[in-house]
Amino acid sequence: MTFLRVMIFSLVVLLTYTAIANLLPQVQTSVQVEEETKPAALDRSGQIAWGKRIFTGKGTCTLCHNDLGRAPNLLALDLSREFAARLADPRYMGTVKGKQGPNAIEAYIRESMLKPSAYVVAGFGKKGTNDTVSPMPDVSAPPISLSDTEIDAVIAYMEDRAGIEVTVPLPSATTTQATVHETGDEEAPAKTAKEVIEKYGCAGCHDILESGADIGPKLAGVGARFDRDGLRRKILNPNGKVREGYKPDIMPSDFGRQMRASELELLVDYLSNLRSTRIEQ
Amino acid sequence: MPNLVAAAANASGAPVPTPSDYPTIAGFGGRNIVWALAQMHLFLAAFVLAVPIFALVIELIGVLHRDSRYDVMAHEFMKISMAAYSLTALAGGGLLLALFVFYPVLMTYLTRIFQGQLLIYALLFVFESVFLYLYYYSWNALRYDDRKWLHLTIGLILNTIGTTLMFVANSWVSFTMSPSGVDATGAIIGSIWEIMRGPLWNPLNLHRFLANIAYGGAIVGAYAAYRFLSTSDPQKRAHYDWMGYSSNFIAVIGFLPLPFAGYWLMAEIYAYSQQMGITAMGGILAWLFIIQAVLIGSILLAVNYYLWCGLGRTDGGARYAGYIKYIAIVVVGGFLVWVTPHTLILSSEELRMLGGTHHKVLGPLGIMPAKNTAVNLMLLATFLSFQLFRRATRTPTVSWARAGNAVIVALYVAGALNILGAGLYGYITPTVYKVGASVPQVATTLSVIVLCIIIDALMARGARVSEVRWGRMSARSQYALFVLPVAFTWLMALMGYIRSSVRTNWHIYNIMKDVSPESYIPSIGTAGNIITMVTLGFMAVIVFVFWLTSLDAMEQPAPREVAP
Repeated sequence: MTFLRVMIFSLVVLLTYTAIANLLPQVQTSVQVEEETKPAALDRSGQIAWGKRIFTGKGTCTLCHNDLGRAPNLLALDLSREFAARLADPRYMGTVKGKQGPNAIEAYIRESMLKPSAYVVAGFGKKGTNDTVSPMPDVSAPPISLSDTEIDAVIAYMEDRAGIEVTVPLPSATTTQATVHETGDEEAPAKTAKEVIEKYGCAGCHDILESGADIGPKLAGVGARFDRDGLRRKILNPNGKVREGYKPDIMPSDFGRQMRASELELLVDYLSNLRSTRIEQ
Repeated sequence: MPNLVAAAANASGAPVPTPSDYPTIAGFGGRNIVWALAQMHLFLAAFVLAVPIFALVIELIGVLHRDSRYDVMAHEFMKISMAAYSLTALAGGGLLLALFVFYPVLMTYLTRIFQGQLLIYALLFVFESVFLYLYYYSWNALRYDDRKWLHLTIGLILNTIGTTLMFVANSWVSFTMSPSGVDATGAIIGSIWEIMRGPLWNPLNLHRFLANIAYGGAIVGAYAAYRFLSTSDPQKRAHYDWMGYSSNFIAVIGFLPLPFAGYWLMAEIYAYSQQMGITAMGGILAWLFIIQAVLIGSILLAVNYYLWCGLGRTDGGARYAGYIKYIAIVVVGGFLVWVTPHTLILSSEELRMLGGTHHKVLGPLGIMPAKNTAVNLMLLATFLSFQLFRRATRTPTVSWARAGNAVIVALYVAGALNILGAGLYGYITPTVYKVGASVPQVATTLSVIVLCIIIDALMARGARVSEVRWGRMSARSQYALFVLPVAFTWLMALMGYIRSSVRTNWHIYNIMKDVSPESYIPSIGTAGNIITMVTLGFMAVIVFVFWLTSLDAMEQPAPREVAP
């Protein structure tokens, strides 16, 4: 009898832990498979979108470059000013020293991806190195292993975000790139703006799709207030400047990681067409 | 010529497996089989390596105190461990076989990397077996006087070999996470020593060593509790109550410094690869730490409950009963803070109702500074429960007893304030420094514990000793001792899942990719189900081991002689 009681008690404890494990949010990574893509088929906007996808996906850049303070938040910085300031900084030890202009910035971004210790932003160096050694790995080496074409695409994305001329070449017609895509249980990208809004719960806070929510600003007329770049910035860095009367830190600031480039563009398309302020009136 | 062949092999990098290099059986891959066998082997190995360590310490205490009860208890601990030893080897053999069957390319490479060391491992295993049998079977033959010291020496050699054996095996695991002694392609460029001492090797060694002690203590505690509940003989109940108390003490002694070892391991992981660290703590695996909190929280609740019940063993315990509710508030409150998640996955409607992804009041409790503060206060409260039990058995008579008590109270208050202060500092410092802010918290906890032990030991000189009525414990209190092994077993498997998952899709991080169809991190639910199944298997093995141990004490009555 004692044995039975002890076993039942132990099983109840064991099953409690199992139940908790099954009640938590279930996230499973996907099997990575090599899939052949042809970046040669991409035009400039396609290359930029591909760069963004690498930035938030295979490149794992947003793992550290986010608003948690592990590395400078590249999605929130004014990059056009930032790059120029870094090149002018006496602490800069790279090969682009003294050079200016879009090509110099391209070279700087490339160098920062391949030799991150050439310039370490103050406060972000490895512990005990006095900001002379960066904890960032060379993105061309494992585990990230970006190819030259992929690095070009990321640079194109960064240049585009900075609002400067995109200087990297388009992939040549002969380039065939093997890149890694995740398959398996990964959620399929949203196909319409409505799906994007539902997927990311925008209507929970914003009065959009007749939700009537009032936690965040109403989005009627938002297309008249912001251009496309402005809308992108508001989605990716919502706490940069919060509209008067609304609280900061409510809207998630990691949509740059969560959203596919195609989903972001669908949302920006939709919002840029919301030009009427009828609902607000 | 063979040397040239070996040199050429070493100079080549790691093989690049293809999906067809992973054999399947009836269409199923071997990952779950390898996972289950590896975990089972680790459970058993942790147990059989830990028990001789504290058996030796208890045996030594018995010699120094000239108290034969310690000797009897240490011998009984070893008896349980012996029954599990051959099962450990069996599980290890099964694991090796499964690895070679399902991951032949990886194992061929690892064998090339560790070839010389594998022979040393085999030799160590032989010596471990020899000294284990020698230590156990010579117990009664080498029981008194100088012979006892010979027996203790055999125990010391056994534990030195056992610990070395574990360190060697740890080097294989740490190599897969942070390879050293090889170049970027996986070609050998260093000595076997350079291959072994990767950046994560020593943190892993310390973490496993402490965890094994806590784990071994928890299992033998369950054995004592079961024997306590199974008998109505007052003498036996007293013996097993004492054994259960001692086992619980061992488990907690191993457990208290574990967070510190954990921080060191995580700090080294971050230093080695920030990506790997973030994957563990801030990425896909972050939710697992909520279960870790539930597990450790239930361990601490069980330990404290058992200690509070233990106050009833002495007549002096009643004077401390009033403090229990305050300790309970700290332990339960800390537990609730620890299980508070930071980010909630919500539906649009829930998001709207909550006003964001974080709860306005409870959200701030979900981040590391709050959790570190909670766990350190819980550890302090647990130690206080221990100290109250000790105080219930001894009334200090030294002239400075009043001042000593005041210093102890001041230490607790100052320690708690420092832990709270460091926790609040964690809120105003960037994320990168939050982990750093936890170091002074752990240092404070350990300092308070060590200083209190020293002051208590000095105050205990010439103290009036109250009789401890071993066996005067409720049946309910013994169930707390069953929570510990179940929770520890589940916790060990959970941490193993995290440790293995941080390599993501690499067999050997950055050197050899896992391209099998199973190279993904399973969800916490799937992992939980597998962990539960392995734990059930381990429980079955342990029940068998306990049964074997109790069989030793049984004796069939001699048949009556029938008159011709």
